[in-house]
Amino acid sequence: MRYMILLTYDEKQAVPPDERLINEMGMFNARLEKAGVLRAGEGLVASDHGARVTVTDDKRTVVDGPFAESKELVAGFWILDVSGLEEAVEWARRVPNPQPGRSATLEVRRVVEAEDLGDAFAPEARAAEERMRARLAELD
Amino acid sequence: MSTAPDDDAAERSPAPAPAALAATHRAIEAVWRIEAARVIAGIARMVRDVGLAEELAQDALVAALEQWPASGVPDNPGAWLTAIGKRRAIDLIRRNERLERKLEEIGRDLDTNGPAPGPEDEASFDEDIDDDVLRLIFTACHPVLSTEARVALTLRMLGGLTTDEIARAFLITEATVAQRIVRAKKTLGKANVPFEVPEGEDRAARLGSVLEVVYLIFNEGYSATAGDDWLRPALCEEALRLGRVLAGLAPKEPEVHGLVALMEIQASRSRARVGPDGEPVLLLDQNRARWDQLLIRRGLTALARAEELGGAAGPYALQAAIAACHARARTAEETDWDRIAALYAALGALMPSPIVELNRAVAVGMARGPAAGLEIVDELTDAPALRSYHLLPSVRGDLLFKLGRFGEARAEFERAATMTRNEREIALLRRRAEEAEEAGAAG
Repeated sequence: MRYMILLTYDEKQAVPPDERLINEMGMFNARLEKAGVLRAGEGLVASDHGARVTVTDDKRTVVDGPFAESKELVAGFWILDVSGLEEAVEWARRVPNPQPGRSATLEVRRVVEAEDLGDAFAPEARAAEERMRARLAELD
Repeated sequence: MSTAPDDDAAERSPAPAPAALAATHRAIEAVWRIEAARVIAGIARMVRDVGLAEELAQDALVAALEQWPASGVPDNPGAWLTAIGKRRAIDLIRRNERLERKLEEIGRDLDTNGPAPGPEDEASFDEDIDDDVLRLIFTACHPVLSTEARVALTLRMLGGLTTDEIARAFLITEATVAQRIVRAKKTLGKANVPFEVPEGEDRAARLGSVLEVVYLIFNEGYSATAGDDWLRPALCEEALRLGRVLAGLAPKEPEVHGLVALMEIQASRSRARVGPDGEPVLLLDQNRARWDQLLIRRGLTALARAEELGGAAGPYALQAAIAACHARARTAEETDWDRIAALYAALGALMPSPIVELNRAVAVGMARGPAAGLEIVDELTDAPALRSYHLLPSVRGDLLFKLGRFGEARAEFERAATMTRNEREIALLRRRAEEAEEAGAAG
């Protein structure tokens, strides 16, 4: 089963990672790899380099970052292949504190698999999705 | 460490509510799955006896089951479990003369190598533990043990599985598994198997033994059918995980990547290889849209790594390359049969086997026509290893059918049907025999 761990914290209070934290994160990622569970993982640049697109019916509104009104923002994520929620939570517990002296949240969520969508995911749509994944795999 | 291990804490703690207890037990199972190998390996480094290390680690797990429901799971559960295990080891060493000598040796080791690594020095601790885990894998898969014993010990020590889980996955009794593990530990002790990663000329053979165990676990899971206990198919996941662990710990061994590639690509077809009624679907008839592209991509990446490391000619890399030929073909018609035939020829030269040769015959039959394939099959009809192998007459029947020799084809399909006990295969072979009969009557 695939699980995503979302790392969120208060960006306004954030301090850039120092060498020590970068090393700790590197070691954590190496451990995930050596445990055979790491599928993907990335960190995100602060929201002043991003934008938000709001969707209301047919209307689209674009607001440039930073997203000052949001308290906690996503700062990174991992996708793990584990036996279940408990194991994903155990890995989340091992994430080094990205903001020493402050708090951060690690949200653990299961990734949707085709089986979760049931009959709403028609065989044709499923086949189209698989073809898309195949093309993406070739681009990689 | 924020929570100090305390052997006696359980007696003082109030009993938690049953729901909370169940949740903590699930959390402890998850911890054990992540930490078992590292805890056992860390203790084995100290006591130099894998069997004893595993028992001490189990003691530590029991202590966790007693204490964590009340105290909560500690911040660094792996270090907690290792500390308890090592403390028990010291108690044991103090009581045991035989082990006392080992303690002296450890003392000397410590003098020459500096202080033992602790969680305080996590970078070097992690690296040392990685080496210990690798030693543990090599010891659990030591050729002095029977294959069954190696499999059971590996799942128990590296996968953190219980004897009950192993028993259910292999359709044997728990007592049998327990007995295998006890015997295996005794054998390791008697043979004085050192806790080390072999170097030099021994290494390749020993690595072969490790990879064999992992692939065996994979195949056991892969052969599971839909009605089986979910633990059986879970063996595939476990083998894949073990393969990735090995790839992380021994990244320069091409055959490790070759095996990972082979398992990833085979696993990518698991959804397509069974029909809606549980019947097996042959590779060329599978709906390729149901192949898992993510696993294929990972498999192809692992194969590329094996080849970069100069391992293209290894037995697992060759089998992975064959699987990759199928994975790359959008349709069955696009399959590069010439390349597959060449890869089977290379595999046959490396490890001569009539089954490999039979597979080569199929590929040659597809690449250069049924007559060329039949020529190879006819050389195999006397091979003792294939005497009761139903795929020999089945393949021969298929080639004869394609050549229009329907009477002979029918006889071969009928013979094949008497050689297997799999109901679904029998039905398929009977149907093919009828087809040959009808085609013969029409022609």
